[in-house]
Amino acid sequence: MSTDVRTPPAAPGTPAEPRRTARARRRIDWGRYYTWAVLAWLFLPILFMVAFSFNDPAGRHNITWQGFTLHWYKNAFAYPELNEAMFNSVSIALLTMLMSGVLGTLLGLALGRFSFRGKQLTNLVMFAAISAPEVVLGAALLSTFLMMGVTTGYWTTVVAHVMFCVSFVAITVRARVITLDPRLEEAAQDLGAGPWTTFRLVTLPMLFPAVMAGGLLAFALSIDDYIITTFVSGDVTTFPLWIWGTTRVGIPPQVNVMGTLLFLVGVILAVANIVMARRRR
Amino acid sequence: MNRKITPYALVLPAWAWLALFFVVPIGGMLSLSLTTGNVITGFQQTFAVGNYVDAVSTYWEQILRSLFYGACATVLCIAIGYPMAYWIAFKGGPYKSTYLLLILLPFFVSFVLRTISWRFLLSDTGVVLGPLKSIGLVPEGFALLNSATAVILGLAYNFLPFMILPIYAVLERMDPRMVEAAHDLYAGRFQAFVRVILPVSLPGVFAGVLMTFIPTSSDYVNASVLGGTHNTMIGNVIQTQYLINNNYPIASSITFVLMGLLLIGIFSYARALGTERVMEVHA
Repeated sequence: MSTDVRTPPAAPGTPAEPRRTARARRRIDWGRYYTWAVLAWLFLPILFMVAFSFNDPAGRHNITWQGFTLHWYKNAFAYPELNEAMFNSVSIALLTMLMSGVLGTLLGLALGRFSFRGKQLTNLVMFAAISAPEVVLGAALLSTFLMMGVTTGYWTTVVAHVMFCVSFVAITVRARVITLDPRLEEAAQDLGAGPWTTFRLVTLPMLFPAVMAGGLLAFALSIDDYIITTFVSGDVTTFPLWIWGTTRVGIPPQVNVMGTLLFLVGVILAVANIVMARRRR
Repeated sequence: MNRKITPYALVLPAWAWLALFFVVPIGGMLSLSLTTGNVITGFQQTFAVGNYVDAVSTYWEQILRSLFYGACATVLCIAIGYPMAYWIAFKGGPYKSTYLLLILLPFFVSFVLRTISWRFLLSDTGVVLGPLKSIGLVPEGFALLNSATAVILGLAYNFLPFMILPIYAVLERMDPRMVEAAHDLYAGRFQAFVRVILPVSLPGVFAGVLMTFIPTSSDYVNASVLGGTHNTMIGNVIQTQYLINNNYPIASSITFVLMGLLLIGIFSYARALGTERVMEVHA
């Protein structure tokens, strides 16, 4: 609806305006074809993955189409190590989402609402944590764990994931806090609400979309991470690490099945997001 | 009084976390990069600056290759991503957020898995080259896999969204009346773009370059999966030295060299672009 805003009530001084729009409508919109072409490119390997999760390969290498089968879906959980890796990935991602969600929300709230000593420094550290190469983050953490004599494993992975996700959550929440009207909180306090009640009943519900978005971002970053995880995970295997480990011996089709299921979760979240956006309007 | 303490109470947990697991580790790695010794005898702090000399003299080839691949992938991302961000921001209409979701959707499939899928797509007998070869459109000896082209394409593929999103963000916030004003002042479509839209979008491009150049030039997944043995990057070296050779002093000094080079690159790029303009991104 926003596209045609400037067409109908032409201001007195601009008689040429409607004609230009008419001509624009006749022009072929190359941008649309281009955008869809790039999107097709982005989805090409995923299409391959989904298609080959239904493939019936003859040998170990699942790269040529042999025939349709649902066999891999029926036996999706045939590899105990793969299940364990998937469980590790999901549980680490959930923990990361929860912990970086809490830490990041508090940080974002402070950065968006208050001025305090060390605010610039905080921004700088967050910026550095976001833009530092993953190899550097992983290597630095591993160096520290080595020097402190900490054995790497499940919990060091959680710690690392929370570390690189906090800033992303904080930035998302800060953006929302800046647009909030502080008078709503003042009104709540005028009506006798204490600071905690105000936070619980007024501030948090208004922040919720940003907290949710930041949390989902943290979940996606965590479950997708390979580079940092290889450095800090020790003997613990996550989904990306397991796939990596099997590349040399041939990836079982179950990996494509799991990938397809993950993708479906993404599709469902995206559709839910669109539906919710429609309803809000 | 309460108002004064609140912000510190809010930031303290995250501060502690970032200090303990980000700031301290970077310092720890610096200290480790100056040690001598090995895993068996332990590492002694000897302020061995020679580690850096060794690192650069041994791995300069991989360092240069990484920066080159990263730069190519970044340029490719701008070339592919800018028109797309432009079209979504100005012509996306009510479907803007849907397009953005479509761009982000591939991210739900593991980064490693997507890259491996590319390996199969690009392989000589794969879905793309196989049929083209069998009908004779592509010569028999032609190969994409295990080439520099494959690595750069893979990098551009994996990091394209990081270029599109910041450019989209600035263009979307731009007041369309500025473009109309340019047209009223008799600027053609091209002139309006060069004189009005492009300068406004530069902070977004800068943010995009940060978010693609840094990860692409330090990535090693694409180089391992798509590049074969002759196109390894500095990330591969760091990973091998850390996790396989356990040569921590050299590994940490290479890591610092990489970080230093990236910082120099970013700062000189920021200066060339005009620092104050770039800072608008964070405002």
